[in-house]
Amino acid sequence: MSANSIWEYANPKKFIQTTDRVLPWISVLAVVSLVVGLIWGFFFTPDDYRQGSTVKIIYLHVPSALMAINAWLMMLVASLVWIVRRHHVSALAARAAAPVGAMMTVIALATGAIWGQPMWGTWWAWDPRLTSFLILFLFYLGYIALWEAIENDDTAADLTSILCLVGSVFALLSRYAVNFWNQGLHQGASLSLDKEENVADVFYYPLLVCIAGFVLLFIALVFLRTQTEIRARRMRALLARERMG
Amino acid sequence: MIALLIRDLRLAMRAGGGFGLGLAFFLIVVTLVPFGVGPQSELLARIASGILWLGALLACLLSLDRIFALDWEDGSLDLLATAPLPMEAVVSVKALAHWLTTGLPLVLSTPLFGLLLSLPQAGYGPLVLSLMLGTPALSVIGTFGAALTVGLKRGGLLLSLLVLPLYVPTLIFGAEMARRGAEGLTYSTPLLMLAGITCGTIALLPFASAAVLKVNLR
Amino acid sequence: MPDLGKYAEAVLSSYAVSIVLLLVLVWLSVRRAKRIKRQLQDVESKVKKHG
Repeated sequence: MSANSIWEYANPKKFIQTTDRVLPWISVLAVVSLVVGLIWGFFFTPDDYRQGSTVKIIYLHVPSALMAINAWLMMLVASLVWIVRRHHVSALAARAAAPVGAMMTVIALATGAIWGQPMWGTWWAWDPRLTSFLILFLFYLGYIALWEAIENDDTAADLTSILCLVGSVFALLSRYAVNFWNQGLHQGASLSLDKEENVADVFYYPLLVCIAGFVLLFIALVFLRTQTEIRARRMRALLARERMG
Repeated sequence: MIALLIRDLRLAMRAGGGFGLGLAFFLIVVTLVPFGVGPQSELLARIASGILWLGALLACLLSLDRIFALDWEDGSLDLLATAPLPMEAVVSVKALAHWLTTGLPLVLSTPLFGLLLSLPQAGYGPLVLSLMLGTPALSVIGTFGAALTVGLKRGGLLLSLLVLPLYVPTLIFGAEMARRGAEGLTYSTPLLMLAGITCGTIALLPFASAAVLKVNLR
Repeated sequence: MPDLGKYAEAVLSSYAVSIVLLLVLVWLSVRRAKRIKRQLQDVESKVKKHG
């Protein structure tokens, strides 16, 4: 195996060393881009001609919604890595990411509700996107609760990773089911590779900065929380060994 | 395999658990709904199919923790794990037994409960058909949830939290089909989707349940 | 301060809610990280003394 292979970071000690080195940089970058993006968006962008000033909520709503989904995808990949290669760091990273993803879902739902109040005239509508996010939040809750409930670390890692796989399939199914069940109020995607469908440029660039900020914040939090989980696991192992001996 | 099925069915009958309890729970839900929303029969007729689907789903959920609990406690689950029968088959038989003792009686009794909620005439066929197609999926998904929480002391609440989100697609298509039927609309699309979900879960989910059960028995 | 017009309440409250939630998340993560790190050090030094 080559010296700079990615699997090297599967070694918990190596992971802590490396993340300790990069964590300050990522945190600073995250804070800087969040501050710049949000200030740019809040103070220096015009109002939308239809939505008025509520368009400014986009800088929180879209990045948090994106990260809510991406966090689950990251957990899915980490779970697969755990199942296939059985690296503990991977399972613990999935565990560390779940609360962050759940919080992102809450932010996306909250900002969406606050935006929906003046725009659609209601805090909540059983619109497909809103409903899917609520269901996604339930999946996060179940996943976190299962981790908390099981004492043995390896058993918990196995069970939660299988739950994550099965949950992903059902979350996707729910997305289509909900679409079928109710046609929505929600506008189409705010971002896409097709330039025509994008939001206008004035909103686009600060939005990109905010998304970068959210991504970096997510990475920083997952690194930090994974370190914590590794240490907690090591502590449990040490305590168990002491009790035995 | 058949011996295991018969044993499970006999146990369920004797323990007086799943069989009567699920039905009684269903009856109570149906009785309580008019108290909650008022006795107007037009309103009840509109929501009847949805209420019956929800009631069936909750009744199903209630009996899930019994699927493996008894076998886990007396150690026969460990015996089954070492038996020549593959775990996937054990899990499928367990799900089938659960459906025969919980799902099937619910399906057969819904016409009666439909009367209580003044379900429109046209609704009976689609409702029974949708439950017939949907409840096997509920049992199979529930078996997966039960396998996940089998070793836990107070797994009941966690089991609901894990299983209910997984029930969403089945409930949506099943209730949608029953609703469209009751309103006299065509319901072939939700019927096909529901059948697809049921077939898919029956074919694939036992592998996940078996894997989970093996982890828990380790 | 930009003029937010009649939607000021919605915009400000969504910013407030999100920033508070993010700060809570960061604070909880950092606090737990510190606590676990300290506890692990305690346990490790104790284990070394014993053995």
